[in-house]
Amino acid sequence: MEEKNQKSGAKPGNGISRRSFIRGAGLSTAGSVLLTTNAFALNNKEPLTAENEFGPDAMTIKMKVNGITKSLSVEPRTTLASALRDHLELTGTKVVCDRGSCSACTVYLDGKPVNACMLSVFDVSDKEVTTIEGIAKNGELHPVQQAFIEHDASQCGYCTPGMVMSCVHLVDNNSDPNLEDVKNATRGNLCRCGTHPHVFKATLDASKKMI
Amino acid sequence: MDTRKEKFPYGIPGHNLSEIEREIPIEEPPVWPVNDKLKIIGKRVTRIDALDKVTGKAKFTSDMKLPGMLYAKMLRSNVPHATITSIDISKAKSLAGVHAIHLIENAQKEGKENKNGKYPMVKYVGQPLGGIAAESLEIAKDALKLIKVNYEQKPFVIDIETAMEIGAPIVFDAPITQQQDGGDVGETHDGSKGIGNVRGPSTSSFFGGPRGDLAKGFEEADVVVEKTYRTQVQTHMPLETHGVVVDWNSDVMMVYASTQNTAGVRNEMASVFNLPKSKVRVFCDFMGGGFGAKHSAGSFGPMAANLAKKSGRPVWLMMDRKEEHHSEGNRPNSIQYLKIGAKKDGTLTGIQQRSHGTAGVALGAGVGRIAQVLYPCPNFATEQYDVLTNAGPGAAWRAPGNVQGAFGLEQAIDELAEKLQMDPLTYRDHIDKSEVRKVERQRGAKLFDWSRRQPSGSGKGTVKKGLGVGQSTWPRFVTLDSSVEVKIHNDGGVEIRSSVQDIGTGTKTILAQVVAEELGLQVNDITVNIGDTFFPVGPGSGGSVVTGSISPPARNATFEAKTALLKLVAKKWETDSSALFIEDGMVGHKKDTSLKMAFKEATKLMRTSQISKTASRSDDYGGFQQPWGLAFGDLGSVQFAEVSVNTDTGFVKVDKIVAAHSCGRPLNLGQLESQINGGVIQGISYALYENRVMDKGTGHMMNANVDQYKVPFSMEIPEIETLIVEEYSALSSTDAYGIGEPANIATAAAIANAVYNAIGVRIYEIPITPSSILKALNKVS
Repeated sequence: MEEKNQKSGAKPGNGISRRSFIRGAGLSTAGSVLLTTNAFALNNKEPLTAENEFGPDAMTIKMKVNGITKSLSVEPRTTLASALRDHLELTGTKVVCDRGSCSACTVYLDGKPVNACMLSVFDVSDKEVTTIEGIAKNGELHPVQQAFIEHDASQCGYCTPGMVMSCVHLVDNNSDPNLEDVKNATRGNLCRCGTHPHVFKATLDASKKMI
Repeated sequence: MDTRKEKFPYGIPGHNLSEIEREIPIEEPPVWPVNDKLKIIGKRVTRIDALDKVTGKAKFTSDMKLPGMLYAKMLRSNVPHATITSIDISKAKSLAGVHAIHLIENAQKEGKENKNGKYPMVKYVGQPLGGIAAESLEIAKDALKLIKVNYEQKPFVIDIETAMEIGAPIVFDAPITQQQDGGDVGETHDGSKGIGNVRGPSTSSFFGGPRGDLAKGFEEADVVVEKTYRTQVQTHMPLETHGVVVDWNSDVMMVYASTQNTAGVRNEMASVFNLPKSKVRVFCDFMGGGFGAKHSAGSFGPMAANLAKKSGRPVWLMMDRKEEHHSEGNRPNSIQYLKIGAKKDGTLTGIQQRSHGTAGVALGAGVGRIAQVLYPCPNFATEQYDVLTNAGPGAAWRAPGNVQGAFGLEQAIDELAEKLQMDPLTYRDHIDKSEVRKVERQRGAKLFDWSRRQPSGSGKGTVKKGLGVGQSTWPRFVTLDSSVEVKIHNDGGVEIRSSVQDIGTGTKTILAQVVAEELGLQVNDITVNIGDTFFPVGPGSGGSVVTGSISPPARNATFEAKTALLKLVAKKWETDSSALFIEDGMVGHKKDTSLKMAFKEATKLMRTSQISKTASRSDDYGGFQQPWGLAFGDLGSVQFAEVSVNTDTGFVKVDKIVAAHSCGRPLNLGQLESQINGGVIQGISYALYENRVMDKGTGHMMNANVDQYKVPFSMEIPEIETLIVEEYSALSSTDAYGIGEPANIATAAAIANAVYNAIGVRIYEIPITPSSILKALNKVS
C-alpha cells in the first residue's frame, strides 16, 4: 500500500505526511487495529497554542465536506464521525466500534482514508472531507459502486460504505490491483454478514473498468 | 374446497427430475416450470436496494433523526448478582440537557409492600436497570455517570462447570420461564425441572422423543466412538447494534426498530403498554445485521417508549458495542457427550447424546436435532440440559443449537468412518438416506477434488494440508401467519406490501422477482414496501422461514390481481380472460396475435385507482408433516474444507471451502451465494477465532469490543465456492425456501475434520487456536 501510494503519485496531503497516514489515521491499510489506535494517539501530538484551545462549550466551525463548505456548532469533544452523522446528517458514514477497529466510519481527509470516529472534528481544519455521499459524481456511480451492485457485494449494508471507501481508494491509486491488494485494502473493514468474497470480486472487476 | 390437478416438476435436475401430480386449490396460479424456463426467478438479479447501500443513502434505525429527538442511554448493572438497595438519580436529573430518567421497577400491587424490593434483582453484569434521555448522546453518557446505584452483592457463578457443582451459588432459586429469544431447540423444557443451576433435560423435539433401545443398540455395535465435544460462547456482534427510535407524540406509537421481526416487536410493545395493535406502528427499512438475536423489543424498546412518554419527545436508543456484546444475546456454549455405535458394515446401531450448555440467565442452550435426524438410527436418546450462570442471556443464532450439535456429531461420524476404515465421504453415502445430500456429495467432491485427500497425519513438512467434510440438515419451516398485499395501480405501477423485513438477506428483491415473473414485467417495475406493520403481517426473519412463507402468497396475490386486470382487458376485447397472458410488459392473446395492449394501458381500464389483492400462506400442496407449518423434506447441505496447519506455530489457515446447498427452487443465485458465503465465514470464525472471554472474578466480559473479539477480516477469508442444487418438491406455488440457517451449520465440523486430516490428532473443542494445536501435538503443556 505504501508503495502503491508512491507509485500513483497521489495528491500530497495537506499537512498529513504519508508516514503519519500509515502510522496513524490510515486505518484500512494499517493492519493491526491496536497498532493503529496507539499510533494514532502518538501521532496526535501537535502542541496546543492559545489560539487553538477551545471548549468546553460549543463553537462554530467551518468544514469542507464533499466540495461544499458547511458551518456547524460543535463541542470540542465531537468526533468527525459524530459531526458528519449528527450535525450534517451525512449518515452514510457508520459508527460501529467507536474506537478505530472496524473501518465502518472511513472517510477521506484530503483524499486519504481515515477513521472518522478517531478524529476530533477540530483536527480537520482546512482539510477537505470526502464521505460515501461524495463518491458518486453528478449522479454517476464510481465503478466500484457499480461493481458492488453487480456482484452483490452488500448484504445488510452497514459495512458497505466503509468497504466502498477502502476499495475506491485502492482502485483510484492502483491501476492493476490483484486479490492480495484488495484484501490488504479492506483488511481493517469489519463485515459480519460475510460479504468479503463478493467485495473482492467486485473491486477487481471495477479496477478493470477504470478509465 | 374447489381443487384442480396439475403436474409439477419433482426431483433434482440432472439427477432424477420427474413429474408429480398435485391437487391444488383452484384459486392458486398454474405451476411454474423449472428455473431454466423462467425469466427472472432463479437468475442473478441485482439487489433492488443495493444502490442505496453503496451510496450511503440507506437509512438504518441508527441513522434516524427526528425533529426534537433526544438521545438515550441505558443504565446497567456492573455487578453480576445483587439486590439493589437504592438508586440515586438526583444529580443526573439536574444535569442541564437531561429530559427524562426512567428506572425499571418491580410491579407493585396497590397498597401492598413489594416483597421482592423496589428494583429487580441483578443477575448479570449489564442487566438493564433504567435509562436516560438527553439532548445529546454525550450528555446522556455524562448523566449516567452521575447515577449512584447501591448494591448488596451476592455470590455468583460465571463458569458452566462450576455452576454445575453441588453447592455452587444459585442463579435462580425458583423455576424460570424466560425462553431463549427466538430460540429453537424443539420442545424446550420450562426450567422447572432440575437441581440447582442445572435445569431440564429436554429429551424430545417435534421429530419425537427417544427411539428403540440404546443398550441393545450398543450391544450390537462392533465399533463405538465415545467422546465429549466442547463449543464456546460467541456473541452476534451485528454491525448495527440493537435499538429503536420511538416517536409517541401522536395517537400512534411509532417505533423505528433494528429488528428481524417488525410484527413481533409490534405485538410486544402493544402488550407492554396495553395498546391495541393498530396503535403501534413498527418500521424497519434497512437493518444492520441480526443473525437471530433481533427478534424482540428487548428492554430497550419499552425503555425508549417510556422515555418518549416522559419527555414528550422522540427518543433514539441504540446500544453501544459493549452493551451489544454482554447483554444483547449470544450463542450458548456446550459440553456434549456423544456415544455412537455401528456394525462392521457401518450400519448405525445407537446414538446417545447428553449435553450441558449455558445461555446465562436464559434457557435454550440445547444442541438441537442434528444427532436425532441427520442419519437414521433405530436406537437414539438425547438429554439436553441448561445450566444457569450469572451472564447475559443467550439468543437464537442461525440454526440455534444445531450448529453446536453438528460440531459434535459430524466429528464423531468422521471418527467412526476411520475406525471402520472407510473414507468419510463414502461412509456418509452409506448411512445418509437424503437424495439431495447424495447429489451434493457427488458434485461437491468433484468441485473440491476430494480424491486428493491423503490419510490423516500423513503429510510431511511443517505445514500440513488437510481435507474434511461436514453435513447438515435443517427443517423446512413455514410461518402460516404470512400475508402480503399486491396492488396494481392505474398508472401501471405495481406495489407489494407486507410487514416482513429485509435484514440483508434480499427479501425485497425476491419479492420483486416473484411479482415481476408472474406479471411478465421487469424487477424494477415493482415497488417493494415492506418492514411496516401497517401492512399485512409477514413472518419474522428466523429459522430460514421467510422465503418459504412469503414467496407463495406473494405469487398468489399477484396472480389474483393479474386475473382481475385481465378480466378488464378481456371485456374490452370481448374475449375470454383465460386466453390472455402478459409477457414483456404486454398483454397478449394466446390465439389471436393481433390483440396486444401494453400493461400500462391495461391498468387504465380500471374503474378504481387500484386493484388490490391480499393473500396469506396456504397449506403446502399435499399437506405438512405437522400442521403448524413443518413441511416435508429438509434443507440439506454438505461442506468441504481444506486447511493448512503450521505444526510449529499451531496456526490454522482455511484455504478453501466448497459449500453445496439446497433450498428447494432457488430464487436469486447472487443473493444465495452471498448468504452461503456469510454462513461459511461465520462458521470459520466459530471454528477458529471468536470466543467470549468472561472474568470469573467479576462477571465482566473481557473482550466486549471489536478489536479483542476476534472475527475474520479480509486476510482470513479463504476461497469459497458455492454449489446450489435445485430441488423441486411441488409443495407451493413457488416451491422455494431460505438458506440462512443451513449455510452456517456444517462449517465448523468440516474444518475440525480437516484439521484432524492434516495433523492426525483430533481436537474436540472450538475455537481451535494455535495453542490448542500445539497442545494436541504435545509441543506445549
